[in-house]
Amino acid sequence: MEPSAEKLMWMYETMLLIREYEETMANVYLEGKLPPNIQKGLAFDIGSGPVPGEMHLAAGQEPVAVGVCAHLRKEDTVVGTHRPHHFAIAKGVPVDAMTAEMFGKATGLGHGKGGHMHLFDPEHKFSCSGIVGASLPPACGAALAAKKMGKDWVAVAFFGEGAANQGTFHEALNLAALWSLPAIFVCEDNKYAISVEKSESTAIHSDADRAAAYGIPGVAVAKNDALEVYEAAGEAVARARKGGGPTLIEVKTDRYMGHFQGDAEVYRPKGEVGELRKNDPIPSLGKHLRARGILDDGKDAAIREKVHGLVQKSYEFARQSAYPEPREALQHVFV
Amino acid sequence: MTTARKLTMAQAISEAIGQEMERDPKVFAMGEDIARYGGIFGATGGLLERFGKERIMDTPISESAFIGAATGAAAEGMRPIAELMFVDFFGVCMDQIYNHLAKNTYMSGGKVRLPVVLMTAIGGGYNDAAQHSQCLYGLFAHVPGLKIVVPSNAYDAKGLMIQAIRDDNPVMYFFHKGIMGLPWMAYYEGSSNEVPQEAYTVPFGQARIAREGKDVTIVALSQMVQKALLAAAELEKEGIGTEVVDLRTLVPLDVEAVVRSVKKTGRLLVADEDYLNFGLTGEIAALIAERLDQISLKSPIRRLGVPGVPIPYSRPLEQFIIPQVKSIADACRGMMRGKVAQPA
Repeated sequence: MEPSAEKLMWMYETMLLIREYEETMANVYLEGKLPPNIQKGLAFDIGSGPVPGEMHLAAGQEPVAVGVCAHLRKEDTVVGTHRPHHFAIAKGVPVDAMTAEMFGKATGLGHGKGGHMHLFDPEHKFSCSGIVGASLPPACGAALAAKKMGKDWVAVAFFGEGAANQGTFHEALNLAALWSLPAIFVCEDNKYAISVEKSESTAIHSDADRAAAYGIPGVAVAKNDALEVYEAAGEAVARARKGGGPTLIEVKTDRYMGHFQGDAEVYRPKGEVGELRKNDPIPSLGKHLRARGILDDGKDAAIREKVHGLVQKSYEFARQSAYPEPREALQHVFV
Repeated sequence: MTTARKLTMAQAISEAIGQEMERDPKVFAMGEDIARYGGIFGATGGLLERFGKERIMDTPISESAFIGAATGAAAEGMRPIAELMFVDFFGVCMDQIYNHLAKNTYMSGGKVRLPVVLMTAIGGGYNDAAQHSQCLYGLFAHVPGLKIVVPSNAYDAKGLMIQAIRDDNPVMYFFHKGIMGLPWMAYYEGSSNEVPQEAYTVPFGQARIAREGKDVTIVALSQMVQKALLAAAELEKEGIGTEVVDLRTLVPLDVEAVVRSVKKTGRLLVADEDYLNFGLTGEIAALIAERLDQISLKSPIRRLGVPGVPIPYSRPLEQFIIPQVKSIADACRGMMRGKVAQPA
């Protein structure tokens, strides 16, 4: 199923936006964390700078987010992972409020209470969690709610290949299959569960095979390619909307950065990322668009300028925003 | 006109859920054995027949999945009630409770509303041993973001359940097996009482003075309230006036009711079936200790709870470590003889 020109352009632009967002964050994150501005003897201080705490970036994994979210409506629910920016951006979460959240500012999605692993945007029906494997049960709940309300909405849970070894994965797949829920479970296999290679953690090569255990379709997308993800997700979303139940999709994707920023990546061979980047999914989609005659140098430059402007504006918004008053820490335990 | 009848706590809870399901189509219940069986402890008895399996849902033994699903459904505007059969089973699904259900509202800056009622059975006294007899509400009260409801009788159980279902926040609702009025387990008869047919609410954070007295305050909740009332009746024969404060909810906690009573009596016993260490009894004692500029004690504070041991199986062992009517009465008698040190 070939996407429309409009969808293709959205996918391309969104991938560029995600990539620039993550690359910008990689630099901003380092601000204030390196000598000589930190405690003597340290090489890096995770708690310093304008964006403190852990940071997990998704450069390279853009096809998973856009290939799936291209099929979603505002009413559909997405639950992401500890590496959530690409999903959030593809689901339409405002980039400025998302960035402000990572800066811990009052204008952030959660008034600075969540940070980068805990982004909540009920308006765009996006949430995520810092706990591996935690995205699947709430996605079942959102799908169950849609069914109960008689809507044709779907819910997507994204998770990594490491999470496929969690009990929640199996519990949620069984529940979704049993109740024929409109849920799509999308596994991002980026080969590494932090540092442990999939071959060292998982008894089988493809997590899509696990779908058979629950009697649901399992689709393996072997290439880190937005169009291939788009095709697999299209069938799954259409099936779910029609009441055909859940689907498990596994995408072999590539993580270009560390598990977290500051990760020395001792577990992967030198030069691996360079090799992976030769198959960068963004230029390959760009090539496809040009072949379809919907992208040329002028349009490409215009898109990149637009994306650059949006990213710059978002980071500027976050920097300029005020911190919450310390006492606001006591609010929002209950509504 | 109200029409009250005597109900067991299980009947009262089930009636509350049924009335709210009639009132609000967004309310539904799910859990293990809650549909055809009616709940192992009867909290959903008779509801399947009235509401059907779309709204009274048996689940697989997958607590992480269905409690997480309750969170997800609530975020979409539904009002799920999930039953965790025994609180002791929280270990298999704690992440979905304390990291997600309890925290998502806060981490979203108050944007995400999670009207979930998570109800569960607690308590020992019937020799079910260490993995099926705990109370553990103190553990959940320790985690911010969960309202903690622990009724002691059928009237409160109904009103608190309706209040819980209407609350826009996660509520954990703990029912003690030994006050549910089950036909297959001995129970304290004081827990079955007159319950109006009509729907009504009991607000959270309002303790109930279950019995007035001038000499000793016993702070308790759940089944321990029934034990405290029996102890108080004995003590009355000896001329000791006992005031029993039923907390009803731990979060929010009615601090004022406790303070008011201890100001009056000058003596505080906290009687609890949860573990003694680092829990409810210490919390209540600390509330009073922090206010000794306003409160004059006639005797040191006493605490009864399960000492730092798992609940043993054998009857004499179990009965020994769980506070009983006699140990409550003995503690009160001791406090009547007690003295507090005077400043040098």
